[in-house]
Amino acid sequence: MGKYILKRLLISVVILFFVAFIIYALMRCLPTSYIESVARQRSMTPGSKSYEEWMAQLAAQYNMDKSIIPGFFGWLGTFLRGNFGDSWKWTVPVIEKFNDVIWISFIMGAISFFFELIIAIPLGIVAATHQNTNLDYAISVVALAGISFPTFFFASLMKLVFSVKLGWFDLFGLVGRNYNQLDATGKVLDMANHLVMPIVTLVVISFGSLMRYTRTNMLEVLSADYIRTARAKGLSEKKVIYHHAFRNTLIPIVTIVGGSLPGLFSGALITETLFGISGIGYVSYQSMIGGDIPFSMFYMVFLAVLTLLGNLIADILYAVVDPRVRIA
Amino acid sequence: MAKKKKQDFTPITPDPQYILQVNALKKYFPIKSGMRVVGQVKAVDGVTFNLKHGATMGLVGESGCGKTTTGRAILRLSGDKTDGQVLFEGKEVYDLNPTEMRALRTKMQIIFQDPFSSLSPRMPVGEIIGEAVREHGLVKKEEFNDYIENIMENCGLQAYHRNRYPHEFSGGQRQRICIARALALNPRFIVCDEPVSALDVSIQAQIINLLKELQEKYKLTYLFISHDLSVVEHISDTVGVMYLGSLVEYGDTDDIFRNPLHPYTKALFSAIPVPDPTVRMNRIVLEGSIPSPAKPPEGCKFHTRCANCMERCKYETPVQKEIEPGHYVVCHLYD
Repeated sequence: MGKYILKRLLISVVILFFVAFIIYALMRCLPTSYIESVARQRSMTPGSKSYEEWMAQLAAQYNMDKSIIPGFFGWLGTFLRGNFGDSWKWTVPVIEKFNDVIWISFIMGAISFFFELIIAIPLGIVAATHQNTNLDYAISVVALAGISFPTFFFASLMKLVFSVKLGWFDLFGLVGRNYNQLDATGKVLDMANHLVMPIVTLVVISFGSLMRYTRTNMLEVLSADYIRTARAKGLSEKKVIYHHAFRNTLIPIVTIVGGSLPGLFSGALITETLFGISGIGYVSYQSMIGGDIPFSMFYMVFLAVLTLLGNLIADILYAVVDPRVRIA
Repeated sequence: MAKKKKQDFTPITPDPQYILQVNALKKYFPIKSGMRVVGQVKAVDGVTFNLKHGATMGLVGESGCGKTTTGRAILRLSGDKTDGQVLFEGKEVYDLNPTEMRALRTKMQIIFQDPFSSLSPRMPVGEIIGEAVREHGLVKKEEFNDYIENIMENCGLQAYHRNRYPHEFSGGQRQRICIARALALNPRFIVCDEPVSALDVSIQAQIINLLKELQEKYKLTYLFISHDLSVVEHISDTVGVMYLGSLVEYGDTDDIFRNPLHPYTKALFSAIPVPDPTVRMNRIVLEGSIPSPAKPPEGCKFHTRCANCMERCKYETPVQKEIEPGHYVVCHLYD
């Protein structure tokens, strides 16, 4: 097992190297780079240097005067030494900006992921065990409606009902206007109140696919011969479903869940924008269109590491839930 | 529940000399087109037979004739029956409530055809065999391990196999696990649903002999479903021949093999290979293929392929007649 994990980690390093290179190359190939827009802006000022002069100066300053491959190794060298640099767009160290915005996205992501799991998996099991009944159809319709709603439509609908008509929640933002006057408990409650609508939006648009996935896998297992064996043994229906069928459904679910762990850190661009929450999804998008290489590279490599780790953890968990997986 | 419809069979009364009495059992499966039911597959269409304590009945017929469905319907493993009676030890199986049904499951067991898919891949063998024993509280906790190991040894498995998983075994051993699993509940009646057809010939003989030994040891009653006539002749006391969901002939093994009456039985038996190249086989070759059980032919179901087809066979359904004691046939030739 130890040897297996070591091997996987070494392969992951190689994959990371190429992932980082591809992202760097793509960033460099974007039609407008950060220095171009800065140079254009500064050359507009009366009495300033020309655009070309600014470009030459900025390129040297921002390390953009080298071609892609030497530029990449230059970036990699500083990155590996633990120096992630300053964000060009936000003009603060990358780490600082990242630390500012990641936690709110992570909290939102984790809470909605938790609700997604506890809603989708039981509903999937119920739908499968009541296949082709009205209950199954009702669950599927709700799930499909959730999948099909565009985020902005559903979020706007919620705002209309719960903010404009009922006035339960604020339309935007993470904190209310009198946040600073509240005591500690009040601050937490205020924030929680502002997170309700974004989290509900995230859960509604995402639980459907996991529920359908659980249902499909559960149906497949329920029609297996060994489930008939379990029934022939005279086991209770509960035991048949949870002890025999669900255990065998867990493996594909673990894959999906393991694969979606990085999603907790990637933020939710549309939801964050709609609710005016400055999380990582929103900030990374702004960095990317602004050509902010240090921030985007840090964020992307971070996600790549998480994805690889997520897959590795899922593979290790297989061995836990499936005794047949014996790693040589 | 569908509303009660008119029963078109004569109800039978419990008879203590039989462990199992099946009367006019029917099991239809709906054919759905979208939401509507457009027809029915008459998988089992009126099967009647009785089975004595400690006896073995063979059920033969070509594939798709409803043998397996009959076995499962008797054990109430494929939903509700369509019609008919199944009396196990004098009690109607389909009238039991879920608790009584679960208790009855220990008395009637099944060995499935495919030992590869019928064992849960994520359970060690000891758990597969012992789970239901514990669940039904059949033995005391401190005797549990000995009980399981004893059953395993009786079925030709080693005690140390307990902690292994099914994929670590060969086909023959897996079928032994299936047998041990069924036997662990101390049943009185076992449906053997083609238990050897997935195994190669040398293993088949071992499994058949094991089943016979266990039958003597535990006083078991078998319903042995197979399409292998030589195996059925070897193991059965009585034989039923099925065609398109119904029994066409039923009687003692010796009578049926010595003197097959129904044209279908004759054709079936003429196809048994004889291990002697000098004997000229006189095979009766049936024309055409088995009709769809969704649209069985009018009259005698076999008339479309029968060499002795008469005019009345095409519209008049034959009834079961006793030709010699205990030997029943459903055919107009013997009116």
